[in-house]
Amino acid sequence: MNFDDSPEEAAYRLKVRAWIAANKPDLSVLGPEDRVWTEPHKDLATRWQVIKAASGYACIGWPTAWGGSGGTAIEEAIFNQEEQTAGLRFSYFVTGLHMLLPAVLKFNDDDASRALVPPAVRGDTIWCQLFSEPAGGSDSAGLRTRAVEDGDDWIVTGQKVWNSGAQIADYGMVVTRTDPTVPKHKGLTAFWLRMDTPGVEVRPIKMMSGDAELNEVFLSDVRISDSQRVGAVGDGWAVIIFTLMNERAALGSGSGLSWRELIAMARNTPAGEGSAMDDPAFREWLADYYVDAEAIRLQTFRNLSALSKGEAPGPEGSAGKLLWANGAQDLSSRAVDLQDRFGLIDDPELAVANGAFHHRLLWAPGLRLGGGTDEIMKNIIAERVLGLPGEPRVDKTVPFKDIPSGR
Amino acid sequence: MNFDFTDDQKSLKEEARRFLTDASPLSAARGVLEGEGDGYDARLWARIVEQGWCGAAIPETYGGYAMGYVELCALAEELGRAISPVPFASSVYQFAESLMLGGSEAQKQALLPGVVTGEMVGTVATTEGPGEIAAGRINARVANGRLSGTKLPVVDGLAATHAVVLAQGDDGPGLYIADLVSDGVMREAVATIDPSRGAARLTFDDVPVEPLGAGDGIALLARIEERAAVMIAFEQIGGADRCLEMARDYALERYAFGRQIGSYQAIKHKLADVFTRNAVARSNAYYAAWALSTDSGELPVAAAAARVAASSAYWLASKEAIQVFGGIGVTWEADNHLFYRRARHLQLVLGSPSTWKRRLVDRLEGRLAAGELA
Ligand SMILES: Cc1cc2nc3c(=O)[nH]c(=O)nc-3n(C[C@H](O)[C@H](O)[C@H](O)COP(=O)(O)OP(=O)(O)OC[C@H]3O[C@@H](n4cnc5c(N)ncnc54)[C@H](O)[C@@H]3O)c2cc1C
Repeated sequence: MNFDDSPEEAAYRLKVRAWIAANKPDLSVLGPEDRVWTEPHKDLATRWQVIKAASGYACIGWPTAWGGSGGTAIEEAIFNQEEQTAGLRFSYFVTGLHMLLPAVLKFNDDDASRALVPPAVRGDTIWCQLFSEPAGGSDSAGLRTRAVEDGDDWIVTGQKVWNSGAQIADYGMVVTRTDPTVPKHKGLTAFWLRMDTPGVEVRPIKMMSGDAELNEVFLSDVRISDSQRVGAVGDGWAVIIFTLMNERAALGSGSGLSWRELIAMARNTPAGEGSAMDDPAFREWLADYYVDAEAIRLQTFRNLSALSKGEAPGPEGSAGKLLWANGAQDLSSRAVDLQDRFGLIDDPELAVANGAFHHRLLWAPGLRLGGGTDEIMKNIIAERVLGLPGEPRVDKTVPFKDIPSGR
Repeated sequence: MNFDFTDDQKSLKEEARRFLTDASPLSAARGVLEGEGDGYDARLWARIVEQGWCGAAIPETYGGYAMGYVELCALAEELGRAISPVPFASSVYQFAESLMLGGSEAQKQALLPGVVTGEMVGTVATTEGPGEIAAGRINARVANGRLSGTKLPVVDGLAATHAVVLAQGDDGPGLYIADLVSDGVMREAVATIDPSRGAARLTFDDVPVEPLGAGDGIALLARIEERAAVMIAFEQIGGADRCLEMARDYALERYAFGRQIGSYQAIKHKLADVFTRNAVARSNAYYAAWALSTDSGELPVAAAAARVAASSAYWLASKEAIQVFGGIGVTWEADNHLFYRRARHLQLVLGSPSTWKRRLVDRLEGRLAAGELA
């Protein structure tokens, strides 16, 4: 066990740190309300992606055949850490580059798939995940969007929902039901598609935080070529699992406000003769928070070690996702309370930290749902890691069309 | 001993619920949240005033109906369930209680009848910046009976006609009554975590004020807020119970993996935990209501206990209700966030729970030191 950089890693870290410092875009152009999913924020993220791609830092760990730089997973992680420290970790390209395109290439490694990669690496294209449906979120095999074969094409009809970034995405991966007469996990098939394909309609959903991340996507007689199929007909479940594991590993790696920002805020919040930092109860809570947050950070090293040995992210990633999402809710709740009555104010012009903690408080409930809910994460840990028996299932062996749905 | 509402109180509550179901649907809170009105629903407010609720605990000599504090708590629970977007809490639990506790006879005569008729709307302006209220951090000043300074956030600062303001006087912090419709008062709306309960920044420039009570203003404020905390605890419980009901109903209706989600123990136990927290809050709040209504020496401990329990119950209920709803729960369109926001509003409005926890334990300690047995 060794958490220190090796001499080569340390040299690489210094190199990329210097490169980031020399090439980073000016973050101060963003106002307090230019948050993720706003135009200025996305533009800045895109500019950074272009800069990285030009120097081979956009997809460090990918093989060169896929349009990456052929570096190691450790190098990529070092770069990510340095990027994070510089405040430059953006999520727009993660769905494509770290969840969906790896699946496209793994399950359908042809020329057309490979051609999708360079523009995504360059920041020209954004991807979205079209999995969840009104009747199937946790139950991600319970999808009803139909795909019916028509010559060399498929005709896809149905509704997707909670699709992050669909409003700005150029491509999506959609999972459909191709056979409702077999048990649910067996009748699914995945495709990639362009979001401007006729019949695709994106309607934004306003979130409780006021943000515009999520969408509904309606698919009406959308014609998709069989060459865009990802994996075999009926193999969609394997594609879903592959991308969800990557997603949970990525989510669990933790980002956003941390104990650092909280301590900075507490030191500036008066209490008694001193600051809120003097409150022993707060200090104890902070210690508990820290060990969780640190575990998430360190877990990424363990994941890396596994990755560098060629192992795929496993169900253990669920623990990190649980800790991270609940930690974010606790942290923002504490931070707002610490301000006492003044904590009511969330106007970015007046609020402490430009309202970042308030925004987080309103965003955090979504973190406990997206990428798999708390309850599903716990079921995974209990059943897949600890080997406990599953709940009695009524939906596994019967044809999909016969599963109870309450309507 | 009767550790429950009496039959009369129950029928008052039922009547209030019927009235609010019609007059204060969740769309009322949503309307204000989305920017209708000046941070409150004026029509709804007029109808609530018409019910006479503002005078529930105000003596008849001051135009009130002197029904009692337990009755006021029963109404508070229903207003909390309905998350009604009105200045009731500020005007009745805070402003009227300030007058009844600290006001001179003349002040009570002059202002309480107006609170009852809704002609006057009061609030309390305590805060200027982050952190707990402390003598050294109050910059608003009263000199020669005139107030200058800035207060924010002042809940219902736009709706109110009068405010009790915490300011530095010649002998340290004191409370003062200000007429907000006088020259020299500037009000601007400020955005808060719960826009269905509007708030403002109030700037006073040489505004004539009257002192409220004598002596240490911070100590008097604490006693006022102890009383307000009891009613607010009932609002919190009303909201928390509503969250639990919404989540229970949804758990019955929603299917995943071919089963009602309510059939999974993860969901059952979650809702059972919420139920338990709500029950803890309710027991503590009933005791506090009794203490308030009988002027018992138990009030300081009971009120703090009620506030601590009700704040954590509402937070848990509102966040876990979202969790039960899944993706729908985090949308603007779903009602869950109205409660999540209101829970935070109520837990901050009289000062954060940690302040009250400390206060509670200080008092318990003090009690033991004084040789009390209970
Ligand atoms: C911010 C955000 C971003 C998202 N991004 C995307 C995206 O880009 N693409 C996409 O396809 N989807 C996305 N999702 C959807 C997300 O995956 C689903 O919301 C999530 O899986 C929950 O599904 P649901 O909303 O249908 O809730 P449900 O599945 O209906 O869950 C309701 C409640 O029941 C519980 N429950 C369900 N089954 C069980 C069980 N077996 N045992 C115990 N409890 C159970 C859940 O934990 C939850 O508490 C996103 C969601 C959010 C909030």
